[in-house]
Amino acid sequence: MDLPQQGYRATKPRARAAPPTADSVLFDDTSSAAPAMNSQGYYTPGYNMAGPQNDMQGGAGPNNMFADPMANAAMMYGSSLANTGKDMVNKEISKFMSVNKLKYFFAVDTRYVLKKLMILMFPYTHQDWEVRYHRDTPLPPRQDVNAPDLYIPTMAFITYILLAGMALGIQKRFSPEVLGLCASTALVWVIIEVLVMLLSLYLLTVHSDLSTFDLIAYSGYKYVGMIFTVLCGLLFGSDGYYVALAWSSCALMFFLVRSLKMKIIPSTDSMGTGSSAKPQFRLYITVVIAVFQPIIIYWLTSHLVR
Amino acid sequence: MAFTLYSLIQAAILCVNAVAVLHEERFLSKIGWGVDTSVGGFGDEPGVKVQLMTLVRSVRTVMRVPLIAVNAVCIVLLLLFG
Repeated sequence: MDLPQQGYRATKPRARAAPPTADSVLFDDTSSAAPAMNSQGYYTPGYNMAGPQNDMQGGAGPNNMFADPMANAAMMYGSSLANTGKDMVNKEISKFMSVNKLKYFFAVDTRYVLKKLMILMFPYTHQDWEVRYHRDTPLPPRQDVNAPDLYIPTMAFITYILLAGMALGIQKRFSPEVLGLCASTALVWVIIEVLVMLLSLYLLTVHSDLSTFDLIAYSGYKYVGMIFTVLCGLLFGSDGYYVALAWSSCALMFFLVRSLKMKIIPSTDSMGTGSSAKPQFRLYITVVIAVFQPIIIYWLTSHLVR
Repeated sequence: MAFTLYSLIQAAILCVNAVAVLHEERFLSKIGWGVDTSVGGFGDEPGVKVQLMTLVRSVRTVMRVPLIAVNAVCIVLLLLFG
């Protein structure tokens, strides 16, 4: 009785062919297909093994891969549900912060990042500190080296956390909780600093075009200095730490004073009597922000380089 | 100082509570920090004190109702988890 034998052998290749088709579609309803397979007998396997490959080569849409209209409808419903969810999430997020404004800060390229890191570490030779505009909108960081960005602060923050973990591990003081604690401490200091800056800018009625993201960006640039300081402290010991601390503090103070001077203190006196704050307040704010940086750098890194 | 995010939230709640508790007529006017007295400054120099008073007043107005909810949640959480 080789007919059932052939039928049996026919089902086996079909079972081996099922996984390739299951890979190409999201879900394959084999429960209704298997009895149909067995009933149709032995000449269908050849057709079925060729069939899915034809479908994959034909590049037909997901509609044609489903033998079952119920699964087809389920997948259409699922994808429309996912799209609705995605639109809803985007709408909710855009109520809190405008995503386009955030995208502006991440429009960087390699050249910009390298030049900016150079300026952060050695700002003394940089000549032109003006932020360039293009028809009233500031240019994105790709085209303007002076524009603030959020890519460098984010990456520097994460690198700082990893470096802190490594430094603690070298001194055999590491545990996973310490990493989280270090991360949240640094984050809390950034939030405190940005809030204090916003509060002082509001109270002294300094009308500048510094948005919250700009302040976060300028406050996050100190992490680059912190990474350099911690590295030097690890490599060269305590003396190297203090030298690197002095160097990066001076560089960062210079950078911040030059950058913020452009934005907080109006360069052209066309405002005249309309300037809402005495100019010395603006100078005080800039200087206090700059002086605060070395303090916080020392505070957040000294425990790492004991 | 090792901060956790929870301590930041706690500090923020305590500060906002402190600002919301300052009563306008019973307390602030007695000191001379009332808002109504020196509001007519259309000039460009509102001054630090007026800005501060405006800020206190607006925080009080905006955060009164959400503070009720946030404080209730905080109390329940502290009772449950210590």
